[in-house]
Amino acid sequence: MHISEGVLSGPVLLSGGALAAAGTAIGLKKIDYDRIAQVGVLSAAFFVGSLIHVNIGPSSVHLILNGMVGLLLGWGAAPAILIALVLQSLLFQYGGITVLGVNTVIMALPAVICYYVCGPLIRKKTSIAAVGAFAGGFLSVFLSAVLMAAALFFTEKNFWGVAAAVIMAHLPVMAIEGVISVFCISFLKKVHPAILPNYSG
Amino acid sequence: MIQETFAIGDSIIHRLDPRVRVVFATLFSFLVALSDRFPTLYAAFGISVLMIIPARLDIREAGKRLKTLFWFMLLIWMVLPLTFEGDTIYRLGVFAVKRQGLVLCAQITLKAVSILLIFMALLSTMNINTLGHTLNRLSVPGKLVHLFLITYRYIFVIEEEYRRLRTAIKIRGFKSGTNLHSYKTHAYLLGMLFVRASIRAERVHEAMLCRGFHGRFYSLDGYKPSRKNRNFSIIMTAAIACLTFIEYYPI
Repeated sequence: MHISEGVLSGPVLLSGGALAAAGTAIGLKKIDYDRIAQVGVLSAAFFVGSLIHVNIGPSSVHLILNGMVGLLLGWGAAPAILIALVLQSLLFQYGGITVLGVNTVIMALPAVICYYVCGPLIRKKTSIAAVGAFAGGFLSVFLSAVLMAAALFFTEKNFWGVAAAVIMAHLPVMAIEGVISVFCISFLKKVHPAILPNYSG
Repeated sequence: MIQETFAIGDSIIHRLDPRVRVVFATLFSFLVALSDRFPTLYAAFGISVLMIIPARLDIREAGKRLKTLFWFMLLIWMVLPLTFEGDTIYRLGVFAVKRQGLVLCAQITLKAVSILLIFMALLSTMNINTLGHTLNRLSVPGKLVHLFLITYRYIFVIEEEYRRLRTAIKIRGFKSGTNLHSYKTHAYLLGMLFVRASIRAERVHEAMLCRGFHGRFYSLDGYKPSRKNRNFSIIMTAAIACLTFIEYYPI
């Protein structure tokens, strides 16, 4: 999920850049050198995971996974997402340099929020964990869509049409991400619980 | 398959110092993104198209990469002129096409294409490893660069892992559809990808420690200052100065 080049105004681009820089700095501070390989290889896995297309009726959507990134990496999501976006623009030309900051905020802020809101829930042993996982997938995409709409709206009030379309278009994606998160988290808890931060089997 | 199509090549741009390329691509992109006047945007568009020639990009591949942008542009050209508030220049039943909306669409399209072309010409022509080390020399924090290089290195490995899993579920007769079973299968596939990535990361970390890693990657290739780099810097500085002049001092 990203905003294209050339759309946003100077103030929005700059504040996005500043926020992204701050978030990335915090994220880097929280990762010590022993965890770098772990975060790096996992963000490679997220990069590949976001290439997965799932069917929805006659069409298909690709996974966004920022909720999962948040649940697994916490604050590390900020640098991981920034790097994934840089790689996407280098390898596929999705966006360029100027929107990098804004796009990082759009994806990473919801990821960190999910880490704090849904993280404690998924560690529970009851069915609350499934609710937490669903919320993690759903909420992260929803918040991303809202942030994206906000960035468009602050650039130009007349963008409301496009902004509303963005949120509407992502509604099915939110539901799918929620369902995928539920299954994925329950799978990870069974197969490799050490991957979840602060989770004791 | 993920590929760095433009990184392999031999052109004037490929041989320039990566630092120079990163700096000027960034300056140029921000200048374009912050400009609003059409003369500036046309000039910037011209410059970025001209950059494609010395970079010797495969035009067909470049076009393919602009295709993602194309769909987005189609969307805004269809939505903005109708939803914008402003002077109506054309009316078709209930729909009124607004002049301000059309102007904005034209600006966005010019900006986006110019920024992406300059990005392709100057940055995508660079090996991603080189970019990592270049960023480090331009004082991007070492830890971030380190993370960047590891992520890049393992994208290809993990993608192969993904292909293997994909083949395995296909062989077992899986057909993706809109149903819970498909979503569950995709989620488990994803989960397996994370598990394997995490276990691999442990091995990688141990291997790095065994080889005496203490938190720093060293770059072996250096670029010496040359006349080419100087000339390119002068040309780009002049171009950027001209664009700034056109934008802020209208004749």
